[in-house]
Amino acid sequence: MQLDNLYQEVILDHYKRPEFKKLSETFSVRVHHVNPSCGDEITLQLSLDMQGEIALTWDGIGCSISMASASVMAGLFNGKSLEQTAPIFEEFVTLMQSKGAATGDEDVLEDAVAFSGVSKYPARIKCALLAWMAFKDASVQVQGQVK
Amino acid sequence: MTNFNAREIRKEFPIFDRTVREGKRLIYLDSGATSQKPRVVIDAESHFYSFSNAAVHRGAHQLAEEATDAYEGARKIVADFLSAEVDEVVFTKNATESLNLLAYSLGSAKKESELHVTAGDRIVITEMEHHANLIPWQQLALRTGAELAWFPVDTEGRLDLSEIEKVITDRTKIVALTHQSNVLGTINPLDGIIGRAHRVGAIVILDACQSVPHMSINVKQLGVDFLAFSGHKSLGPTGVGVLWGRSELLADLPPFLFGGSMIESVTMTSATWAPAPRKFEAGVPNMAQAVGLGAALNYLNEIGLEAIHDHEMFLTQRLITGLEQNKSVQIFGPRNLEMRGGVVSFGVEDIHPHDLGQFLDSQGIAVRTGHHCAWPLNRKLGVTATTRASLYLYNEESDIDALLEGVADAQTYFGGK
Repeated sequence: MQLDNLYQEVILDHYKRPEFKKLSETFSVRVHHVNPSCGDEITLQLSLDMQGEIALTWDGIGCSISMASASVMAGLFNGKSLEQTAPIFEEFVTLMQSKGAATGDEDVLEDAVAFSGVSKYPARIKCALLAWMAFKDASVQVQGQVK
Repeated sequence: MTNFNAREIRKEFPIFDRTVREGKRLIYLDSGATSQKPRVVIDAESHFYSFSNAAVHRGAHQLAEEATDAYEGARKIVADFLSAEVDEVVFTKNATESLNLLAYSLGSAKKESELHVTAGDRIVITEMEHHANLIPWQQLALRTGAELAWFPVDTEGRLDLSEIEKVITDRTKIVALTHQSNVLGTINPLDGIIGRAHRVGAIVILDACQSVPHMSINVKQLGVDFLAFSGHKSLGPTGVGVLWGRSELLADLPPFLFGGSMIESVTMTSATWAPAPRKFEAGVPNMAQAVGLGAALNYLNEIGLEAIHDHEMFLTQRLITGLEQNKSVQIFGPRNLEMRGGVVSFGVEDIHPHDLGQFLDSQGIAVRTGHHCAWPLNRKLGVTATTRASLYLYNEESDIDALLEGVADAQTYFGGK
C-alpha cells in the first residue's frame, strides 16, 4: 500500500515510544509552537552546556508524523553542537520541500530519512516540520542569550 | 428511505466521474466544508460568462441588461428560497463576509440608532460557534468596549440555556449563534433565545451555513433578524454568500464597504447611500457566482429539501449506529436524531484524527480532520482535533458502510503494525 511510504515503521515506533518526550526541570529557552490548521502543539526546551552541547526535551500533542518527527529530531540533536545540527536541519527541510523527488541523505539524516514519504502529502509537511521549526526558534533565542 | 435515489443524483455531479488515490471511488463525506457542484450550477456560471457577461446595474447595452436580469433574478431565487423579500437579500463573498459586514456595520451605527453598540452593552454568542461567528463579535466587543458573553455547551453537545436570563441581560444588543453546529451537528432551539433576545431589545443573528443547504428555512417563521449562509456549501459556486436582514434593520444599518454601485449621490466631501441591498454591494459584484447560486437553489428545490433532509437523517442514523458499535469510538455531539443534522464528529482511541483521515483518504474517503474552525469548542470537548463526516444528498448507504469499514481497517493498520 502506498500509505506505507508515509507511515514507515520507524515513524510509528517513535510515535508509540517517543524519545526525550519529558520536559526537563531546567532549561535556557522554552518555546511553544502550534499548527494552526490542525491544533497540534509542541513545547520544546533547549539549553547548551559548557561545551556547547545541546540538551533538548519536548512534550506535545499531535499526530504520528508530528510527534515522531519531534522524537527523531531530539535523538539526532541531543549532544551535538548547534553548528553540527545546521546541515541536518537543512537536509531535512530540503527533503520536506522536495514533493517526493528526493530520498534524503541517510548519512546526514539517519532515522529522519523515514519521513521522505511525507513530502508527497502537502498537508502533512507542516506536521513533520512542527518540531523542527520550534527548534529553529529556540536555537535563535538561545544564541541570543549566549551573546 | 428507499425512494430517494442518491445514485441517480450522483450522476449529475461531474466530480463523481473521477477516481482518487489510484482508482478508488470517491466517497465524499466533507460537504460541511464545501459541497460538490451539480452540472446545472457549473453550466449556469459558465453560461453567464459565455453569453451575458457585462457589469450589472450600469451600461446602456443589451448585455448589461441581461446581466442585470440574471443577477437580480438570482436574488429573487434566494429570496423565495428563504421566504424573504427580494430587497432583503445581500450578496457577499461568503458567509464569513456576511457576518463581518454585520459586525462592522453594527459597530459604526450612529449613536441615536437602536443598533448602536457601546461600552456596557452585551454581545451574546455560544461556545459552539465557528470562528466566523465568533471572532467578528469578539473583536466588535473589543472595539466598542461591549462585553462578550456566551452560552456554554453541555456534555451531550447541546446549548446549556438554563441561565438564559443571566446570559441575555437587559443590556444585550446582539445575540449571534449558529443554527446547526458544524462540529457537533446539534441544531439549536431558537424560539426561547429569540423570545428572550427580543424582550430585551436585542437583535438575533443566525449563522445558517449548515442549515440552509439541508433543511427548509422560512426566515419569517424563524423570527431571526439577520441570517448568513454560504453559496458553496449549498451546491453553489465559491465566492458568493448571502446576508439576509429584515428590511427596516437593513435600512437603519450603515454600509460596510464603500465604492461604486452603493451610492445615491456623491460630492467631493460627502455621499449618500442607495437603498438596501445595493448599499451593501459596493463594486462590480460576483455576478456569475450569484447566478450559479440561483441555479443551485433551484436544483435543491426540484429535489425537495424535505426529501434531502430525510435522506441525510436516514444516513446519519446508520452512521451513528455503526460508530456506536465500535468500542474504541467516541462520538462528539448528540447520539439521537432529535434536533441534529448530518454532521458527525468522532474520535478513535489511540489514532490521531490526522492519521485516521490520512488512512481513510488512502481508501478514497474524504473526511475533515482538525478543529473545524471551532477551537474553543474543541477545548471544551477536551480534544485538540476530531474527525468529521458530513453528509449531503449525493451520499449513499455504501458511503457510510465504507467509512465504518475504513475506521476499523485504520485500527488494524495503526494498532497492528
